[in-house]
Amino acid sequence: MVHVCTIVPISLTVGANRIVPAVAIPHPLGDPTKTKEEEKAIRKHLVMKALKALQTEVEDQTVFND
Amino acid sequence: MAYRVVHYINQFFAGVGGEEKADYKPEARDGAVGPGMALNAALGGEAEIVGTIICGDSYFADNIEEAKKQILELIAGFKPDALVAGPAFNAGRYGTACGAVCEAVAKELGIPTVTGMYEENPGVDMFRKATYIVKTADSARGMKDAIPVMAKLLLKQLRGEPIGRPEEEGYIPKGVRINYFADKIGAARAVEMFVKKLKGEPYVTEYPMPVFDRVPPNPPITNMAEATVALVTSGGIVPKGNPDHIEASSASKYGEYSLAGMETITSETHETAHGGYDPTYANEDPNRVLPVDVMRELEKEGVIKKFHEVYYSTVGNGTSVANAKKFGAEIAQKLKDANVNAVIVTST
Repeated sequence: MVHVCTIVPISLTVGANRIVPAVAIPHPLGDPTKTKEEEKAIRKHLVMKALKALQTEVEDQTVFND
Repeated sequence: MAYRVVHYINQFFAGVGGEEKADYKPEARDGAVGPGMALNAALGGEAEIVGTIICGDSYFADNIEEAKKQILELIAGFKPDALVAGPAFNAGRYGTACGAVCEAVAKELGIPTVTGMYEENPGVDMFRKATYIVKTADSARGMKDAIPVMAKLLLKQLRGEPIGRPEEEGYIPKGVRINYFADKIGAARAVEMFVKKLKGEPYVTEYPMPVFDRVPPNPPITNMAEATVALVTSGGIVPKGNPDHIEASSASKYGEYSLAGMETITSETHETAHGGYDPTYANEDPNRVLPVDVMRELEKEGVIKKFHEVYYSTVGNGTSVANAKKFGAEIAQKLKDANVNAVIVTST
């Protein structure tokens, strides 16, 4: 399991082991200030990062920054 | 006239036998037995143990409903004013039985109950809201400390006296909140607490944080192109109209929704039920919280083998840890049963 979320400290507190920081609280996987295409690219990038986290061996709670 | 008290104990404390007698069926005896002697003395003549119910721990655990019924009948036969169970210390089956008997008696007979357990006894989590559980040591060596506290708590209830805070009375918090007027405002109390903390002096928090458990990380997915991946969210994305009426805060449930035949989700098909953030962006394009469009794309591209067509959603807004834990366990089991290999959980 990977947790894609904006408030990383909460995720760390509740114990997620793989964490991918997201864009913003009301739109974690999008950015309404961008065009539809740009927004989807951001989303795809985040999901790809989540998939990469899922394929990474971790021994402890890990935040996957860029 | 002394108050009439019935005492519930297991086969071991009754002197019937150990594990080999754990299937002992419920039995009623007149008067006090085993630890009941000391309890009777501690009640100081104001209350008296008129009967003792003895039941084997395994018998209770294996026949909970039936055993509860039998025990309740035996207890009612004594026409008691109150019930004491145990103390069970750290004995799991015994603690569970004590808690269950107290709960049933309080509910069916409407009389005060007290039991005693070590704080890690599984019976504590199950029954602390249903009865007073006095905090005890982990073994019977703590008997002499537990008995007076249990007796005092029982007598207070029988007399109809107000029961003090858990730490004053020695019981495990029942999760009851009582309003009161404090002398100082919260800010002043917080600063005082902080200063004490800085000085290394003892202080009592007014809001203990829940204890979150830790789980070892799962091994990584070795071949994503062969994996089935599911989406779960606490961002409240639900089919338009919120068919399961998931609450905007303090959610008591989660939803399970099919995405079969859907390439994406839109403002026409989905929305958020979450009441803790500005819903404008999620309602405009729910993929911003639940990335269905991208998952479908990755499925087509062969990056993942399959996008699991059922997603799970709840509202993470003031949701209790207990509820969240329950949802999590159920959802995880369902995903496992569906042979899902990996899960992306999104939160707002």
